[in-house]
Amino acid sequence: MHDVAGHAAHAAHEPTSFIAKHVFSLDHKVIGKQYYGMALIAAYVGMFLSWLMRIHLGWTNAAIPGLETLSKTGAPGGVMTPEYYLQIMTMHATIMVFFVLTTAPFAAFGNYFLPIQVGAEDMPFPHFNMMSFWVTFAGFLVLMSSFFVGDGPTLGGWTQYAPLSAVGAVAGPGQGTGVVLWATAIGLFCIGQLLGSLNFITTTLDMRTKGMSMWRLPYTVWAWFITSIMGLTAFAVLMPACILLVLDHLAGTSFFVPSNLVFNGQLQPHSGGSTLLWQHLFWFFGHPEVYIAIVPGMGIVSHILTTSMRKPLLSHRVMVYSLGALAVLSYMVYGHHMFVSGMNPVSSVVFSFPTLVITIPSTIIVLILLGSLYGAKLRINSASLFALGFISMFITGGISGFFLAQPSIDIMLHATYFVVGHFHLVMGVAAMFGIFAGTYFWFPKMYGRMMNETLGKAHFILSFIGAYCIFMPFHYLGLAGNVRRYQAFTDDYLQPLIPLHRFITVAAILTGLAQLIFLYNLIYSRFWGKPAPANPWEATTLEWSTPSSPPPFNNFGGTFPEVHHDPHQYSVEGASADYIMQTSPEKVNGPDEA
Amino acid sequence: MAKFFAVIIVVITIASAIPIVMHTWPTPQDISTHGAAIDDQTNETMLEAGISFVISQIILAFFIWRFSSWRQGEKTKTFPGGAKAMVWAAFLLVGTEVLALGIFGVKAWANVYFTPPAADAVQVQAQAGQFAFYFRYPGPDGKFGPIHPEMINEANANFFGIDQTNDADSKDDVVTAEMAIPVNKEVHLLMHSKDVGHSFFVPELRVQQDFVPGLDLSLHFTATKIGRYEIVCTQLCGLGHYNMKAYLSVLSQSDYDDWIKKQAALQ
Ligand code: HEM
Ligand SMILES: [Cu+2]
Ligand SMILES: [Cu+2]
Repeated sequence: MHDVAGHAAHAAHEPTSFIAKHVFSLDHKVIGKQYYGMALIAAYVGMFLSWLMRIHLGWTNAAIPGLETLSKTGAPGGVMTPEYYLQIMTMHATIMVFFVLTTAPFAAFGNYFLPIQVGAEDMPFPHFNMMSFWVTFAGFLVLMSSFFVGDGPTLGGWTQYAPLSAVGAVAGPGQGTGVVLWATAIGLFCIGQLLGSLNFITTTLDMRTKGMSMWRLPYTVWAWFITSIMGLTAFAVLMPACILLVLDHLAGTSFFVPSNLVFNGQLQPHSGGSTLLWQHLFWFFGHPEVYIAIVPGMGIVSHILTTSMRKPLLSHRVMVYSLGALAVLSYMVYGHHMFVSGMNPVSSVVFSFPTLVITIPSTIIVLILLGSLYGAKLRINSASLFALGFISMFITGGISGFFLAQPSIDIMLHATYFVVGHFHLVMGVAAMFGIFAGTYFWFPKMYGRMMNETLGKAHFILSFIGAYCIFMPFHYLGLAGNVRRYQAFTDDYLQPLIPLHRFITVAAILTGLAQLIFLYNLIYSRFWGKPAPANPWEATTLEWSTPSSPPPFNNFGGTFPEVHHDPHQYSVEGASADYIMQTSPEKVNGPDEA
Repeated sequence: MAKFFAVIIVVITIASAIPIVMHTWPTPQDISTHGAAIDDQTNETMLEAGISFVISQIILAFFIWRFSSWRQGEKTKTFPGGAKAMVWAAFLLVGTEVLALGIFGVKAWANVYFTPPAADAVQVQAQAGQFAFYFRYPGPDGKFGPIHPEMINEANANFFGIDQTNDADSKDDVVTAEMAIPVNKEVHLLMHSKDVGHSFFVPELRVQQDFVPGLDLSLHFTATKIGRYEIVCTQLCGLGHYNMKAYLSVLSQSDYDDWIKKQAALQ
């Protein structure tokens, strides 16, 4: 399982210079923190952009002070132009989906904790790992640069549907350089995640310490492992798609553009491409991507809940099998984004069935979590609150998916705010809650200090109420036929909805302010928090058995932990404490699966 | 804190359930023959989703309330039936209900999409382009003339690129910016886009279909109520997306005949 000589060589490489230690580090823990830092910045930028959108939607003609400095042409006098609204929306979505939801729960926490939780000193390909971060970061910079280049970012949404995205500047503002920068950024992002996924998979399969069988891996490792398999296949589809899109743009190819298109009275030179091809490629990536965003959150939440409940989940294996089933099914359902896209109506029915079937593993996961709560000795803290909040959000968002899974109902709800409400709850808020839960839970390990619990609880309760106030009414707007990606409401039937939009805007601003509590807590605790005990939550997995917090460069101080137990052994009959560390040599009569 | 949280969940659940119980979700009125099936499907799903939502949130709240206040020395318990009960519940409850819903739901879809339009349906061609819809009627000969994309010229009001001087079928074609259809008569809508993706959405008609550049798509439906409704674009098509709309007038047969005559005279 592991090669001791190789590891000794690794330990000898401990870097000493600042640059080798903190910038171009090969240490998976530093890389994890770098990912986390990037995701944090991205999340606040994304949130700020959502404020701009929401203010504009509530009070369309109001000037937003200072916005003119961001873009003179985009917001003359502080009032957004329609194109600038769409550009901001596109950037909000792209930043959130790629640079927050994929990086924080997967790349950040995964890099930091996966090797420790399997008992390894590092990942097998540390140079790939370093590259994975820096390539991703370059992608982020390229994406952000589009705010300051030419006529600004693309306005095509995070889905970048062709041919709007493929024909270039004739299609309107932002469709020139903006699209090329977007596709470059996402292409780089894909490369970064492919490298990261490879590392995760090999670490899980090859670097486990003595006694760490597959079934002794904690939920988090299983979730990251399954996610990296999805990442490997999904990003491998999006990357070439982005390359083709750039070729259409710059080299005059026509992968996604059919013949006979007329823009401004000019017949376009393209011919022979297919509009739907882009949609198929995009959603074959895009649907697994939704699960890439949420599966790590499920792993983190399961991990935290077992610790907070002082009991294991009802079944380790059923949980893991359900996560695996989600991953497999996630490819077969991608067509539910395309029910009314003009593909053959029979395909819509065909795609509807796996979409309905995927509710079964999702329901099993929710029921296992709920059922495990029964008879628990629940410890309430910021981490467990966010984990419980995750369950609530996942239920609500999942249920609204019921509607969208049926093509006949989707005729009414497609491309309305109903969809926006659904995916914000199920993948936006739920995944964010997973990130917050993980942060409060692991902060003591990552920085050796505790976060402030009072601030954490205030942050939680405001975010929980706020998220419902923002995203529940979205469903209502959708049922009324409020189309998404609108910057104002010129249609008569939308006029009565404006007060509701204003309510949502106020809720969004208050909820956003609550996120500043988190930021303050993070920075304050990093420097002045109470020193953390070795195992503050009395948890069982290997990250809590490192010699220090944060762990030393080689994680376990040059030795390898030996694993004797299942990962989540709490309240075991006859044990000396209410939890048994995986490394504990104590023999117990209780069930041990491996 | 745990009890406060549990109460918040219950309050949010009740507040969200009120519109469901009162049936106040603001779906626009239905003016189509196929819409009732879709609305029934939505109502059934709302009922089922509403019940699942309320029950699961209340259970969550109750468990948080109950199991966060344990006494020292108390032992943890396992849910009777364990994981097996959960798997069975998921398969039986969710599996059967969801699949049943899905199978019945397909009927509503099939009614519209798996049937051909009536032979005597009114033919209307719809063209979407950044940021306007145009409509074409075939005129008395019942035939559309061919489209010449290179001849599209907005300044000349030749939105479709029709060659009326050379194509016989085009001579009587009628092009309008507003769509009118007769009430209670099936309409066969032929759709194409001239530039990017757009969509044809009339909430009252229970019709939404994308325009896909490069594909000729069609739809058929029957409107049952006279009135004026909005056609909106739901596919992000550029800066004017939010403002891309047209009006659909559903007219009595005689009003429709007058309207089309008037439009023909204007060509
Ligand atoms: C502060 C909370 C947030 C608010 C108030 C907010 C608000 C919005 C609004 C108003 C839109 C435009 C909807 C439309 O017209 O289609 C939008 C789009 C979107 N948001 Fe958020 N959002 C928030 C957080 C998030 C998070 C955490 C994510 C992460 C997944 C996210 C991902 C997206 C995506 C993917 C879109 C779709 C854009 C598109 O259609 O291309 N948002 N959001
Ligand atoms: Cu349009
Ligand atoms: Cu549009």
